[in-house]
Amino acid sequence: MIIIGERINGLFKNVRKAIQEKDPGPIQELAKKQVAAGAHYLDVNTGPAVDNPAEVMDWLVETVQEVVDVPLAIDAAKMEAIEAGLKVHKNGRPIINSTTAEPKMLEKALYLAGEYNALLIGLAMNEKGVPKDSDSRVAIAMEIIATADSCGFSPSDILIDPLILPVGVAQDHAPEVLETIRQMKLLADPPPKTVLGLSNVSQETKHRSLINRTFLVMAMAMGLDSVIMDANDQELMQALATARILLNQEIYAESYLEI
Amino acid sequence: MELPLIKENWQSKVFEVTLGATSENNGTRGKTITIGGASTLPYFFSEGEIPHRPQLAMEVWDMVPDNWPEKLLEPFSDVINDPGAWAQKCIEEYGADLIQLKLVSAHPEQKNASPEEMEEVVKKVLQAVDVPLIITGPGNEKKDNEIMPAVAEVSRGENCLLGLALEENYRTLAGSCIANGHTIISTSPIDINLAKQLNILLGEMNVPRDKIVIDPTTGALGYGLEYTYSIMERIRLAALQGDKTVAMPFLNFVGEEAWRTKESRESAMEGGNIKLGLSWEILTAITFLHAGSDLLVLRHPESVKRVKEHIDNMMKGKKI
Repeated sequence: MIIIGERINGLFKNVRKAIQEKDPGPIQELAKKQVAAGAHYLDVNTGPAVDNPAEVMDWLVETVQEVVDVPLAIDAAKMEAIEAGLKVHKNGRPIINSTTAEPKMLEKALYLAGEYNALLIGLAMNEKGVPKDSDSRVAIAMEIIATADSCGFSPSDILIDPLILPVGVAQDHAPEVLETIRQMKLLADPPPKTVLGLSNVSQETKHRSLINRTFLVMAMAMGLDSVIMDANDQELMQALATARILLNQEIYAESYLEI
Repeated sequence: MELPLIKENWQSKVFEVTLGATSENNGTRGKTITIGGASTLPYFFSEGEIPHRPQLAMEVWDMVPDNWPEKLLEPFSDVINDPGAWAQKCIEEYGADLIQLKLVSAHPEQKNASPEEMEEVVKKVLQAVDVPLIITGPGNEKKDNEIMPAVAEVSRGENCLLGLALEENYRTLAGSCIANGHTIISTSPIDINLAKQLNILLGEMNVPRDKIVIDPTTGALGYGLEYTYSIMERIRLAALQGDKTVAMPFLNFVGEEAWRTKESRESAMEGGNIKLGLSWEILTAITFLHAGSDLLVLRHPESVKRVKEHIDNMMKGKKI
């Protein structure tokens, strides 16, 4: 299970403030803390409230790379900002976060993925928005995989995010997302990878951490490969480690939580 | 139509473990020996790197072995009373890469020798040969904890491989290894979960992961060989898939186990044909080489020669 740390995101107040003041301290702290907790990748997102996203992304990536050597998921709405991050990315294979199946956007994202040897997160949505059921999600994922294939990518270069919505708002989506993850493994050989932006499931709920870890474990049972989450939520990390044991992905030992 | 070979893409590799220390690192060994480092299954050169060939150690006792049949003792008859000369013969004449010094005489049921006596034996062997040493206690919990700290201290800086650390008794040895710059043998009873558990416990004591060698407990041919084999296989697969807690090189005490069997012992007695016992030792050794063994301890010089030939041949393997 690839853990992508979610905390370096301009949506968080302390990150937004650090970005505005060009203060590397809090960002580097977050980077080190997440990697120490076990994050394999760090997501880096400037947040929506910046005027010059490309410039900020460049600074964010450089700032993070000064203190950790894990690869990054370059997370932005605009491809210009993503490219700015990819340009200065130096540790391992970056992830582009993300594209929808909307042809123009997908084409640009695939171009960048090829240019910078990046993995690409494909959101199971198009210009019409997030589908209601798993069949439509799978169909959109298939479009992304087919387009990527025609550009010479392997399905395993693509991480399909079936898009989970907050359970308090759209409760009927969770089972559809789980089914989509399961279906992904049957879609191609090698199958595409899957990823979830986990915390979205618990937006505006009272028991965020509990909902996050319950859903993560359910998604892992369906074959989830990677997750964007809070690596510093210890109970979430423990649930993940336990699920790996129960799925026989990790050898059991009495002290498996102490690793 | 040509069938493309499907190649596994391993994510991780076995830790490289170096034994011995030369003057550059405050030791007195003439050479160091590095094992491990493989990023593929044994001899699968097409799927990764195997930077170091498996190494062969020979057993040297601090007393005349009381349970070796005559013909097994024969090659050592002129040196059997002198661990230093015995070690020299193994290295110079029989081509062993390193020595396992077994401190058997310290056992309460043997001579109950003192820590001071054991220090003398260790000093003697360190002077007699300049290869890295594996040193193991008598296998009595109380006595091990008395002599091994003394042994670790008198060989300080030599980066010996000391054992055995067991789940029920590892703290004293681990502490001695850390304090004196040695590497540790992590022994588990043919059990993958306990192998991992002990390595986690050693990690909690701050033993670095590249200072641990796994002894999975060796079953000889006909006496549990396939259990050891499958445990080693599973451990190595987990290591290559990224589990760092089990990604250590393997050590197999082959000679001890192969010559413990009734068949081998009888073959080396008066009137027996020792070829059977030799085959037992050689076959057991070769089996574990193919399960990923990095370090084998053998008894008979003929076995060392034959197993070495096998390693030579396997290491010639080409990428396909």
